[in-house]
Amino acid sequence: MGAPHGHALHFHGHSPVHRLPAHVKIVVLVGYVLAVVATPRGVFWPYAAHLLALAGAVAVSRVPLAHLAKRLVIEVPFVVFALVLPFVATGPRTAVGPVEISQPGLEAAAALLAKGTLGVLASLLLAATTEPRDIVAGFEKLRLPQPLVQIMSFMLRYTEVVAADLGRMRVARESRGFRARSVRQWPALGATLGALFIRSYERGERVHLAMLSRGYTGRLPTLRPLTATGSQWAASGLLPIACGLVSAAAVLAG
Amino acid sequence: MSGAPVLDVRGLAYAYPDGHQALFGVDLQVGRGERVSLLGPNGAGKTTLVLHLNGILTAGAGAVTVSGLPVTKANLGEIRRRVGIVFQDPDDQLFMPTVRDDVAFGPANLGLRGDQLDSRVHRALDQVGMVEFVDRPPHHLSFGQRRRVAVATVLAMEPEILVLDEPSSNLDPASRRELAEILRSLDVTVLMVTHDLPYALELCERAVVLSGGVIAADGPTRDLLSDADLMARHRLELPYGFTVPTP
Repeated sequence: MGAPHGHALHFHGHSPVHRLPAHVKIVVLVGYVLAVVATPRGVFWPYAAHLLALAGAVAVSRVPLAHLAKRLVIEVPFVVFALVLPFVATGPRTAVGPVEISQPGLEAAAALLAKGTLGVLASLLLAATTEPRDIVAGFEKLRLPQPLVQIMSFMLRYTEVVAADLGRMRVARESRGFRARSVRQWPALGATLGALFIRSYERGERVHLAMLSRGYTGRLPTLRPLTATGSQWAASGLLPIACGLVSAAAVLAG
Repeated sequence: MSGAPVLDVRGLAYAYPDGHQALFGVDLQVGRGERVSLLGPNGAGKTTLVLHLNGILTAGAGAVTVSGLPVTKANLGEIRRRVGIVFQDPDDQLFMPTVRDDVAFGPANLGLRGDQLDSRVHRALDQVGMVEFVDRPPHHLSFGQRRRVAVATVLAMEPEILVLDEPSSNLDPASRRELAEILRSLDVTVLMVTHDLPYALELCERAVVLSGGVIAADGPTRDLLSDADLMARHRLELPYGFTVPTP
């Protein structure tokens, strides 16, 4: 809770990027990531171009850089993997200070880092400018199968309910003197998770009853029909198309 | 009672698949505009009866008719429009991302779209005094507010009878009173399942006692609650210090 829209990734605003329908943004994001991933190995100038293009989108969205930068930490596990690469990869070695590291490993690590960072940054921009429920509506518009759409929608709605359940169980546990200090106490934690599963399952059954009672027939009604204008498609399509051309040029040049 | 009853339950019996029989021939008629409370101890079969009213459970014997329309598989769509059930836990009832989507869910399933849908949503939220929360996610509302939105989700379907399962449970006294004021202001037939006997007395002229899977008593709420023998036989008790006020 706390944030005005109850969602830590979202940054409230009314920029053209915010107003862009969710399904357009999802298509643009996928296109952009594909263009970035298509950058050939061994060249690095295209990443600068990709970053510049994305920076343009960020500027239009008016989402503060600090907002995105803070959330980039989600990338850390991948960074660790990338840092290990130069040491474990084979191939010709170069000396960096006192240690010898793999030249191809170093290049692969740099490319991985660049692609990963750009992908995460672009996804964060989507998350910052789109309400979670609109992202779900966007997927629905893009013909994602109904069961998946419904699972996402219910996850959005019930994450906090289940978390509150879990919190109450923790309080109840600790009120009776429980503290998870060693492995021997894990069975109690396991039992908690089991009970949480049963509770959530039973809640699922009750929610289903409530849905049937209001005429549910297997499809959630589409309440927010998304429509995009040609100019919205054209303007936002510039990002993946420009980056795609950059990658293509890099392939041809190399 | 005027004209045909809104709700007509005759000889309703039901056993769960595991063999446990919950209802043994229930007869209950509710007339248009009546507010009736359904009282009874835990395990009396109240929830089982409620789930028959809109065809979630199918009668083993007997029949349920809503404004002349029998509850059968073929009629389920229309029956579920006519019978609006408000479940006990609003978190079970409110499953859409925003209040607006949730209130729209029922009427949208009935095929309403656009302005018609919007005006339904607005009217239902207006009836429970929650219009200003239309774009909020349900989990950001207080419990009392969620209960009121849950009532609105059902009102939006313009039901002929509103069935409430424990409407006052877990509410603080102020929310409980506010909900009573809302229920009294609605021009709709109400069947209210409750353990809250003062609430039943406050809101419903008539009460029925379901005990052991049959209707054990049916009469003015005041008379039933004043009958100490009847109350004791069916494990019903007034709260400490409460006496039924004499008219």
